Amino acid sequence: MRFSRTGRRGIALTALAAATTLFAAGCSAGSLGSAGGEGSAGATTITLLSGATDTEVASAKAVIEAFQAANPNITVKHDTRPGGSEGDNLVKTRLATGEMAEVFIYNNGSLLQAIKPEQNLAPLDDQPWAGQLDELFAASSKGSDGKLYGGPYGTAFGGGVLYNIPVYKKLGLEVPKTWDEFMANNKKIKEAGGVDPVEQTYGETWTSQLFVLGDYYNVEAAVPNFAADYTANKVKYATTPEALAGFQHIQDVKDAGYFNKDFASAKLNDGMKAVATGAAAHYPQLGASAANTENVAPGKSNDVGFFALPGNDAAKNGMTVWPGTTAMYIPKSVEGDKLAAAKKLVEFATTQQGCDAYIKGNPPQGPFLSKACHLPSEISQVAKDTQAYFESGNAGPALEFKSPVKGPALEQICIQVGTGQVDAKKGAELYDQDVKKQAQQLGLPGWE
Amino acid sequence: MASTVGTTEATPSAPVVPKTTRRKERKGTYPYWFYLPATIIYTIFFLVPTFASFYFSFTRWDLFTSTWIGLKNYQTFFAEQALITGLGNTLIYAVITSGLKVVLGMALALLLTSKIIARGYLRSVVFFPVLVSTIGVGLTFTVLMNPEKGLINNALAVVGIDGPGWLTNPSLALFSIAFVDVWKGVGLATVIYIAGLVSIPQEYYEAAEVDGASRWNIFRNIMLPLARPATATVITLSLIGGLRSFDLIWAMTKGGPGFASDVIASVIYKQYQAGFYGLSTAGSVVLFLVVTIIVVPLTWWLNRGEES
Repeated sequence: MRFSRTGRRGIALTALAAATTLFAAGCSAGSLGSAGGEGSAGATTITLLSGATDTEVASAKAVIEAFQAANPNITVKHDTRPGGSEGDNLVKTRLATGEMAEVFIYNNGSLLQAIKPEQNLAPLDDQPWAGQLDELFAASSKGSDGKLYGGPYGTAFGGGVLYNIPVYKKLGLEVPKTWDEFMANNKKIKEAGGVDPVEQTYGETWTSQLFVLGDYYNVEAAVPNFAADYTANKVKYATTPEALAGFQHIQDVKDAGYFNKDFASAKLNDGMKAVATGAAAHYPQLGASAANTENVAPGKSNDVGFFALPGNDAAKNGMTVWPGTTAMYIPKSVEGDKLAAAKKLVEFATTQQGCDAYIKGNPPQGPFLSKACHLPSEISQVAKDTQAYFESGNAGPALEFKSPVKGPALEQICIQVGTGQVDAKKGAELYDQDVKKQAQQLGLPGWE
Repeated sequence: MASTVGTTEATPSAPVVPKTTRRKERKGTYPYWFYLPATIIYTIFFLVPTFASFYFSFTRWDLFTSTWIGLKNYQTFFAEQALITGLGNTLIYAVITSGLKVVLGMALALLLTSKIIARGYLRSVVFFPVLVSTIGVGLTFTVLMNPEKGLINNALAVVGIDGPGWLTNPSLALFSIAFVDVWKGVGLATVIYIAGLVSIPQEYYEAAEVDGASRWNIFRNIMLPLARPATATVITLSLIGGLRSFDLIWAMTKGGPGFASDVIASVIYKQYQAGFYGLSTAGSVVLFLVVTIIVVPLTWWLNRGEES
């Protein structure tokens, strides 16, 4: 019977943890007020919480170092958190318990809405840099009250297809503008042999979503009102052919046998290596992932190019972009010297000095989010390709920046389609069910 | 005690006096406030959270605020595609692991109680996996079971067999994890069975041998029935362990590919990760009920058999 008690205790512990956080949430505002009072000698210490991947850590450290050199009486400690849904959870819990670092880096867009910025974060509208932001970034870093809560951090990047330039040159292929051209390229690559047409890496589940997420520019080009109607529960993925196309594309590629052999177990770095070395021709991915190319395949950075996921209409070809998935935030509970120091750090990241420090740790894959910053002359091919879409005006934000509705299980559902457990239509239906939970949790009208 | 009861019956006119005496006697032996520390701890860490979780399972809760929504969380939870697979998977997983642990545990116990070379050493070898961290075991087997680079498929390739994707094939993944669970847990079942078999009095075997019973008869009619308490323990422990298993599955596949190896516990955890706190609490309540519904009658049945 010992085990059954443990089982019940497991549940009890969950509830206890929950109850404790609730209790703590009730008194957080008061208890944290006193924390702002330390550091009497004019020296202030604040903490910056960032993600934990190699590039995130390197860029955060570089920014801190440059900031401390410019502000000798402020000490910034660095702390890291996991990514993905585990990180979401940690951020929510730390905000609820009043344990959040003075400055933290977290997603904007739909994930920002889920942490209730109006309740938990300090508004930054009055900051001097607020007027010089990329419009897409500013729009997706606001709360439902219209106030700006996020400071720019890093660069924008696209979601599309990384491709191996030498393979394209050898086979005389051209960058596809429609899905049919893309499939025709795949066919030629497959026939030539030796190279996998499309790389997939289900060993790291989030990488499976690009076919759907990266296709949003095409959805909006065909159905301009999609985001608003989708938020209001008027249109669905399964019943909108243009939206369903993302799921259909996974099935098309899978049915044609274009995936790499180890697609079910390979990881992001395996995929990056494959597309950089020419073992695979295409890898649907975030442009930001290319920042790590030099580490996984030294000397191959310029062999990787980038194009938008093609849709049906060559004339409307454009790239779905992430106007910086991350921004810097300050919790509302920060006061006094610490608040001033925190605001200085956020401001520093918007200056050319801050931007230069950032890209030391994380090579840029797209334009900066602060208009005060300019890219260096030497940037990667992926960054050049991405910037071309921005400059020609053929770039639009991903759905998660236009609608707070994003289901948590999209990655698993894409894998279900990619491994043939369900077909595209069924996958889209499952995703529609999945987003319903998110919409209800957010209390959006029209979803009850 | 007997005399006190006798007094009560003999003097029905004054029943109050002996009752008070009895209470005083008990109070003298064990003061009630001795219970206090345990009660406080039990209330704070068990009762309050349990009842709080029942309450929160009826709300939409985001850690900051909660809204009462009645049974909707339960509705959503049971409409969840992953849950339907998960519920089936949980039962399959629990039955497979528990069944294999009973059969293999018994077989190994028979082997390890017989007179074989290096018995003590073999006993520790069988028990060793129990001591290793589940997460460690999970990660190790994930590497071993990698379809392209894993040792298992490389070994199979040597003898010309093209090994399957143990964890990446949706119809195989759950069984691969169940196999690892059995590998890790069979040691405990074996130890319980060894204890059960060793405690069977030698006389039974002697009497059976005098009667000319075959080895099978001895096993079937002496060992199996007399090891019943051990069987009951192994089944109860492994079934509950299987029903609420999470760590190994999370370490190996996180419920994937897709939802193919999701069980109730991993579905609950995913809802929690996604920030659906009310929904995941409702899931915990469902898991609590499922475990209770299966295990309480089972324990009752197994123990009743033991008494008769």
